[in-house]
Amino acid sequence: MRITEQQPGANKRFIDPASVSKRMDGRKITNTVFKTLFFMATLVALLVLGILFYRILSQGLGFLSLDFFQNFASRFPEKAGIKAALVGSLWLMAVVAPVSMFLGIGTAIYLEEYAKKNRVNDFIRMNISNLAGVPSVVFGLLGLTIFVRALALGNSILAAGFTMSLLILPVIIVAAQEAIRAVPQHVREASYGMGATKWQTIVRVVLPSAIPGILTGSILALSRAIGETAPLIVIGVPVIIQFLPSGVMDTFTALPMQIYDWAKRPQADFQQVASAGIIVLMAFLLLMNSIAVLIRNKFQKRY
Amino acid sequence: MKSWKHYLGLTVVSSALLLGACGSDAEEDAATDEATEEQAAESGTASESADQSSEEAVEGQVSGDGSSTVAPVMEALVEEYAASGTDVQVTVGVSGTGGGMEKFIAGETDFSNASREIKDEEKQKLEEAGVDYTEFLLAYDGLTVVVNSENDWATELTVEDLKKIWVEDGTTKKWSDINPEWPEEEIVFYSPGTDSGTYDYFNEVILEEEDMVQDATLSEDDNVLVQGVQGDKNAIGFFGYSYYVANQDTITAVAIDGVEPTNETIESGEYSPLSRPLYTYVSNESLQNDAATYDFFEFALENAGDMAEAVGYVSLPQEVSDEQITKLEEFKN
Repeated sequence: MRITEQQPGANKRFIDPASVSKRMDGRKITNTVFKTLFFMATLVALLVLGILFYRILSQGLGFLSLDFFQNFASRFPEKAGIKAALVGSLWLMAVVAPVSMFLGIGTAIYLEEYAKKNRVNDFIRMNISNLAGVPSVVFGLLGLTIFVRALALGNSILAAGFTMSLLILPVIIVAAQEAIRAVPQHVREASYGMGATKWQTIVRVVLPSAIPGILTGSILALSRAIGETAPLIVIGVPVIIQFLPSGVMDTFTALPMQIYDWAKRPQADFQQVASAGIIVLMAFLLLMNSIAVLIRNKFQKRY
Repeated sequence: MKSWKHYLGLTVVSSALLLGACGSDAEEDAATDEATEEQAAESGTASESADQSSEEAVEGQVSGDGSSTVAPVMEALVEEYAASGTDVQVTVGVSGTGGGMEKFIAGETDFSNASREIKDEEKQKLEEAGVDYTEFLLAYDGLTVVVNSENDWATELTVEDLKKIWVEDGTTKKWSDINPEWPEEEIVFYSPGTDSGTYDYFNEVILEEEDMVQDATLSEDDNVLVQGVQGDKNAIGFFGYSYYVANQDTITAVAIDGVEPTNETIESGEYSPLSRPLYTYVSNESLQNDAATYDFFEFALENAGDMAEAVGYVSLPQEVSDEQITKLEEFKN
């Protein structure tokens, strides 16, 4: 209103600062308030991580030694080691990685490249997303019924590995689907134009450019499998074990099970041993996540 | 860009290897099982004095599950047993007394640890499943009732007081409801989870199967209970003796009917009714037909006392401990 009242060109002031600041100050304050608020929200997560790191490191570092990796669990906190759990977790990964990646990538290729767009396939897609939200305990019960009891695999590495594979399968499928979808259609069409068949196109054109994305998603999913405790508890994986598995039909224990067992002990020393175990588990996770980041940054092709 | 093919190839090959390994492994397992049985039969016919040599020949797998209260004793026993140079591989899970029993009934384990006596319904289910078992005592535990260290009024309670405090009667309980001289403040309850034998034992002995107060905080992790009692002046809780021993500077144990829980009062049974035995239930079939199971329990029962003391429990009196070994020897073949 006031702007129009002014004579245009009288003092070349088309904008009245007073009026502008009257409207803008409030907006600026709102902006600053929310910016600070959201920054604080970010800080909360960082702070929690910081406290976690500090607590775990200050408690556990004292117990972290070469012996810790070479000893089995013990009733003496200073002699307790993580050997059985660490080797068990590696065995578990050796089953989970190939099984879940083969099934997951296969499903993704089918859904993205072959499946026609119809109600059945939409239904499948929707339910894969639903599966991703199912709590891990439920997968544990599924594994107990199917693998442990019906297929009589017992509480072996294979049974636990299959259960964990099912658990992370939806995550791998979704990640692989996105990676395959990111390959532009015109690249495929160029391939067809050169006379390639569908299979040749998938193997030689689509997968090579989608693999980095698929691997990144798979590794992140695997690092979830390595930290899961609930399905293992339901399957009945033991924690007191003084030998290493020699094959996939042997029973085993895993890092999170061992950590949980130590954390429950009455003696304060055992809680520090648990912290040392957590350091090992976190190092494991950080390593896997950095491999994922590395693959993504180094090999991902952008069109 | 050929690299992804290597990944895929590696994946396929490794999974093929793994699956192949699993097949041959099962066969091997079966083979060693037979071998063990043969050895067992042989050692049975061999003279008893050749105990040492037959022990060396024993190999196989023994699996158990059950109470997390019994777990520390078991862990120590398994550790010492493995250190003795045996070829028998023992695994023990900690699913809780109830959870372990379920697996025992399903025939998935050779033995099941329990921090309470087996229930009638479990006996019935075992009978239906055709599992014969023998009960062994491993050690004593004093179920310890604790209060905050600032609590200077309720350091001595009778069994009736305990029942009055813990039973659900529809009211919000204050300390003054139990004894008018005590502060008029709400009692805060901490109890082990319902799947634990400790809860069952307390429920049976103190509450006489009536319901526990509904606003009790239940946790399967006894350290949560310890922290809860440490942090609240009006808290009361109960758990295994070893958790009290590890935290005795910061919480107070309640004397029951005038008797405080100590190693002596628990062993003698004077700390009654909360002094309880820790059990393990072993499948008769495993004891008879599997030399590995017999061998492990021979070791376990002989060393249970020392290991129990080492991890904060109380050993059985000598004659009770001898009884257990006699019970086991019936299965010697």
